[in-house]
Amino acid sequence: MACTILRKEELAPDINLLEIAAPMVARKARAGQFIIIRIHEWGERIPLTVADYDRDAGTITAIFLAVGKTTEELAGLASGDGIADVVGPLGNPAEVPRDSVVVFVGGGVGVAPVFCEAREFKRAGNRVISILGARTADLLIWEDRLRAVSDELYITTDDGTKGHHGFVTDVLAEILAEREVDRVVAIGPAVMMRVVADVTRPSGVKTIVSLNPIMVDGTGMCGSCRVVVDGKTMFACVDGPEFDAHQVDFTLLMSRLAAYREEEALSLERFHGEKTDGVGGK
Amino acid sequence: MSRPLMLEQDPVERVKNFDEVALGYTREQAVEEARRCLQCKKPQCIRGCPVEIDIPAFIREIAEENFEAAAMELKKTNSLPAICGRVCPQETQCEIECVLGKKDEPLAIGRLERFAADFELARGVKTPKTAPPTGFKVAVLGSGPAGLTAAADLARMGHSVTIFESLHEAGGVLIYGIPEFRLPKRIVKAEVEFVRKLGVEIKLDTVIGKTTTIDKLMEEYDAVFIASGAGLPSFLGIENENLNGVYSANEFLTRVNLMKAYRFPEYDTPIKKGSNVIVVGGGNVAMDAARSARRLGAENVTIIYRRSEEEMPARNEEIERAKEEGIHFKLLTNPTRINGDENNWITSIECINTKLCEPDETGRLRPEPIPGTEHTTPADIMIIAIGTTPNTLIPTTTKNLQTGKKNTIPTDTTGRTNREKIYAGGDVVTGTATVISAMGAAKTAAKNINQYLQTKQQKSHRKI
Ligand SMILES: Cc1cc2nc3c(=O)[nH]c(=O)nc-3n(C[C@H](O)[C@H](O)[C@H](O)COP(=O)(O)OP(=O)(O)OC[C@H]3O[C@@H](n4cnc5c(N)ncnc54)[C@H](O)[C@@H]3O)c2cc1C
Ligand SMILES: Cc1cc2nc3c(=O)[nH]c(=O)nc-3n(C[C@H](O)[C@H](O)[C@H](O)COP(=O)(O)OP(=O)(O)OC[C@H]3O[C@@H](n4cnc5c(N)ncnc54)[C@H](O)[C@@H]3O)c2cc1C
Ligand code: SF4
Ligand code: SF4
Ligand code: FES
Repeated sequence: MACTILRKEELAPDINLLEIAAPMVARKARAGQFIIIRIHEWGERIPLTVADYDRDAGTITAIFLAVGKTTEELAGLASGDGIADVVGPLGNPAEVPRDSVVVFVGGGVGVAPVFCEAREFKRAGNRVISILGARTADLLIWEDRLRAVSDELYITTDDGTKGHHGFVTDVLAEILAEREVDRVVAIGPAVMMRVVADVTRPSGVKTIVSLNPIMVDGTGMCGSCRVVVDGKTMFACVDGPEFDAHQVDFTLLMSRLAAYREEEALSLERFHGEKTDGVGGK
Repeated sequence: MSRPLMLEQDPVERVKNFDEVALGYTREQAVEEARRCLQCKKPQCIRGCPVEIDIPAFIREIAEENFEAAAMELKKTNSLPAICGRVCPQETQCEIECVLGKKDEPLAIGRLERFAADFELARGVKTPKTAPPTGFKVAVLGSGPAGLTAAADLARMGHSVTIFESLHEAGGVLIYGIPEFRLPKRIVKAEVEFVRKLGVEIKLDTVIGKTTTIDKLMEEYDAVFIASGAGLPSFLGIENENLNGVYSANEFLTRVNLMKAYRFPEYDTPIKKGSNVIVVGGGNVAMDAARSARRLGAENVTIIYRRSEEEMPARNEEIERAKEEGIHFKLLTNPTRINGDENNWITSIECINTKLCEPDETGRLRPEPIPGTEHTTPADIMIIAIGTTPNTLIPTTTKNLQTGKKNTIPTDTTGRTNREKIYAGGDVVTGTATVISAMGAAKTAAKNINQYLQTKQQKSHRKI
């Protein structure tokens, strides 16, 4: 369905919040699920994880990083603008445990979906420990919101501008060494999720990651989103997006994510050209 | 006497564009061909048409140059004639039954159907009258040929119909699968528009099983028709099938057709063009994928099929056109393994030759590998077109809905599933079949849904 952007906000450099009116999607959305949007008739279908929803207001919030043509174009839209299509909620909701100690690891924009999930876990009575990571302090988002739904919260930055100077996995390793943890949930860039899986593998603590392969339809129709989990081929859009981190073939995931590098570069270059030529979008 | 030749784009030119290959009959050709019809008292041709078009009636109108009347005649039973005239396997449906075929070429029914429908489209389509509103509401899931047909028929019967479609455009396989050069999307859009004009509401971007469910819809609708097709692609299950450059035909065709990747970067969705493209399969889907790859600019496109040409399920016409376009055919060959480089890109595929042995359960000759014939073929793109099955999204989210073999949803002869008020038709019931069989099943279901609703109305009147 076509929808209107109710709020577009730059939270940090290149990191944007998007709140859209999508009552049908909002009614059913759960933590762990995603939407697919298409900006206009010429646009690509891109998936974004649900970062928040408001069933009464009928809205969905997503947070995205401008990394290429479509996300840059989306970043250029403003409150009140329209989007041609939004579909969802897609994928399976996160499995919510009971009476568990859960460590959430959020990297970059992955912090936003972590918030949505941590809130649901907390409501279900779990103990929530959150670790947020960013390259630098300016890129940290939603710290306050996450703090509100966490029993403990840790921050790490690659450059030491805030919290622990280092990676999310340093803090995770410390926590795992000190106490009993029932589950780890990691959402962020593929590399980060892979390192988290490596850190938790020796102790065998259940670890869940949210995979982000290239998608087209998001409903199981194309197989673009193939991932290998436990030696079996799965479609991340319908079988996931959350999987057992210890069984995921991250090398395959990362190589498939790079499949269209040349075309993406071309598309972005052309987009920048149009912008400077003053032609604008389309 | 034989049928007039239909004009086609020259093969050398057409592999450079995505424009329609077959150009259709001219007025004169159509009239000439229509006059060849014997106007049989007991027309055999109708038996071959799953939607029972009164073939001699519409042909007579063309012979008498009443083209608009011919289109109206078609639309009495077929809401999508411009599509059927193009993609129906006419040679094995209506035309195979035509008596002219005994001595001569059978009448070109499909081409005449296309001619009349195109004539009407060019003039602007008139909306036929619908029955007075019944007050009943019917939900149709999926907007492929089955969904569109059922919706149109039910709307004409006076019911209020809403189609729910998961993609951002209506048409099903007609829009995402069958390429522009065989079925221009403006034709599909016009036929969808006709269905809308009948009063049908189409809700796009709505995934049943995710955005809402059948059980939820049942609170509001008096009946449901499932027409969700068979969209889940099958893979070969051989080693390295997840390498970059290996596509399901669904993904390849969806990128090209629905997302218009053939016009990248004007459209944002990319596609890999490749220079050595291997397509695995022998049906219409394989032909469409191969011919699309050729048009994208691949130098070598090869179809690999494990049986011989005779067993190929694709229409002869399409196989011929593929050959004209320089597509290579490697028959009696089966891929066994895919090889890749250090960046996980496909580099070649390993194959083995096959020979045909006694028929299998489907009645087709079973291919058996011949030891010692293993060989390697270079490939930078591989497209797997070995079939699809229905998606499980709907049955797994609908209470007590029975499923059958390979995720299909079985129905009785009226089109009803095991649950009251829930009907189904098209590929979701039969597995991948044809546009016209999906439409035939939809017509049957629409008739029975109508009957069910009328009985319901009579019962409720009796109560009062
Ligand atoms: C289930 C899922 C949830 C996601 N949630 C978020 C989110 O909440 N926030 C966020 O910032 N990003 C999210 N992403 C990633 C986001 O979809 C991509 O960043 C976006 O598609 C990039 O498009 P682009 O044109 O801007 O960049 P491009 O230059 O086209 O691509 C940049 C990179 O993004 C990836 N990508 C490209 N096209 C797609 C596609 N159609 N589907 C998926 N990945 C693609 C590729 O790895 C590519 O190299 C999610 C992806 C998935 C699969
Ligand atoms: C490439 C290709 C070429 C073909 N060529 C020919 C040909 O030349 N001649 C011929 O007769 N046949 C051909 N066929 C087969 C023919 O297209 C199908 O048999 C026919 O389209 C089936 O119609 P349908 O309405 O049952 O399903 P579909 O056309 O598959 O339509 C189903 C629709 O339902 C939607 N849907 C699915 N799940 C959901 C859900 N959960 N919620 C909402 N919507 C949903 C889908 O998005 C789709 O739009 C071809 C098929 C392909 C793939
Ligand atoms: S709809 Fe198909 S089968 Fe029926 S008359 Fe037309 S071409 Fe023949
Ligand atoms: S069988 Fe052939 S000749 Fe006879 S009515 Fe049908 S199309 Fe005409
Ligand atoms: S995105 Fe097409 S099957 Fe998952």
